Amino acid sequence: MKRLLIALFCILSLPVFANEPAATQAEATDKEAFSPGEMILHHIGDAHEWHFATLGDEEHGTHFTIPLPVIAYQPAKGLSVFSSSNLAEGKSYNGLKLEHEHLVAEDGSKVYDFSITKNVASLMLSGIILLLVFTAVARGYRKNHGGAPRGVQSFFEPIVVFIRDEVAKKSIGPKYERYMPYLLTIFFFIWFNNLLGLMPGAANLTGNIAVTMTLALLTLIITLASSNKNYWAHIFATPGVPKPLLPIMIPVELIGVVVKPFSLMIRLFANITAGHIVILSFISLIFIFKSIFISPVTLAFGLFINLLELLVAILQAYIFTLLTAMYIGGAVEEHHDADYQMGGGDGAEQAHAH
Amino acid sequence: MDLITPNIGLVFWQLVIFLIVLFLLAKFAWKPILGSLKEREDSIENALRMAEQAKLEMQQLKAGNEKLIAEARLERDKMMQEATQMANQLIEQAKDKATEEGSRMIMQAREAIQNEKHSALAEVKNTAAKLSIDIAERILRRELTDAGSQQQLVDSYLKDVKLN
Repeated sequence: MKRLLIALFCILSLPVFANEPAATQAEATDKEAFSPGEMILHHIGDAHEWHFATLGDEEHGTHFTIPLPVIAYQPAKGLSVFSSSNLAEGKSYNGLKLEHEHLVAEDGSKVYDFSITKNVASLMLSGIILLLVFTAVARGYRKNHGGAPRGVQSFFEPIVVFIRDEVAKKSIGPKYERYMPYLLTIFFFIWFNNLLGLMPGAANLTGNIAVTMTLALLTLIITLASSNKNYWAHIFATPGVPKPLLPIMIPVELIGVVVKPFSLMIRLFANITAGHIVILSFISLIFIFKSIFISPVTLAFGLFINLLELLVAILQAYIFTLLTAMYIGGAVEEHHDADYQMGGGDGAEQAHAH
Repeated sequence: MDLITPNIGLVFWQLVIFLIVLFLLAKFAWKPILGSLKEREDSIENALRMAEQAKLEMQQLKAGNEKLIAEARLERDKMMQEATQMANQLIEQAKDKATEEGSRMIMQAREAIQNEKHSALAEVKNTAAKLSIDIAERILRRELTDAGSQQQLVDSYLKDVKLN
């Protein structure tokens, strides 16, 4: 039942992106006119350079940009590495050029883009921040052995304990210890990146489908790798389901296995991207109305959404972690719940009786 | 559509960097953090358990002390009782002995008195007999001086004694 609900959620959350093509249409119109759709998509999308700000107009102003390395692999030519500044403003380099932030070959051949894009750079930055913060916390434990937590240690300790006691222990059960490093890492990874994404000029990493897909895939792999026979028995011979229904139930259950991580992927991506879109839309109001008097509205709503996003940042990290823990818990569970067993007994008896 | 198309490059970097971060954090952060947390919780739990145990021991000690005191009191009571009993017994014995001794002495005295009495009576008897014989002798001596009365006496005797 829960799995079906999750599937439903996935479908319901899709319409959030349905209106996005409408936004892109605007770019075809007047070059000079401000196009909020284009601006928003540019901000939430990935880029081959890290652009902070532009003073003056688009063509003659000063751009504050950090060029990032482009790493392209072409089956014919092999690997090529160069700075993204070579591709600025639609220039082509080494037979490669950027088309709507997509690396394409001029001759139309296949290009695999492994560039250090804005998102990858942000990812590396967040990785370094995570390592610095948590090795500092760990150092606190070593230095302050057995004592009460101090400083940054006392800020993160309750969160770590919460993840351990409320998420891992409750959802996974006695085998929780093996999964603690993964759960803690995804929680803090998502939280830190959600917060980094809210910074001005930062990348929208956790609102990128590739990132959430990778995280969801890791969860799926860990779930399947740690699944025991009960898990598979539940899929192929769901207790309480009469035998004739199994041909229907088995595909549903198998779809459920995939839908669970799929929902994780969509939920995180949609929540973070939607938040960015809303904030950017409020900011765009100023430019759409071309009036300074709209700015109080923009400011008030923007501030409100931004604060909401701070909450969403930790909430989504928590939900992702909790659901991951629950999926793992379902895979390592030794016995089914008592009511399941009872249901199974009743169903089996009824099946025999008829 | 661009938004929901995963980019292979980002997937690759995400996988690589995330796994590196996961590995490094697991080794250098989560392991010491979780280890220390567990250690601290264990030590707190141990301390609590030890305190509980100490409390229990204290109670046991107190109970033992009380028991000891109660036992000592009981012992003292018993000893006192025994002493009293013994004293009573001794007194009783002494009394018995004294009574016995007294009665024995009385008996002896009584016997001695009896003996004295007998001997005195015997003496009185002897004296009386002697006196009577004396008196009789004297009477006889006076009587027999007179011939007629002598004859009379002999006759009376003779009368009594029949010759066969």
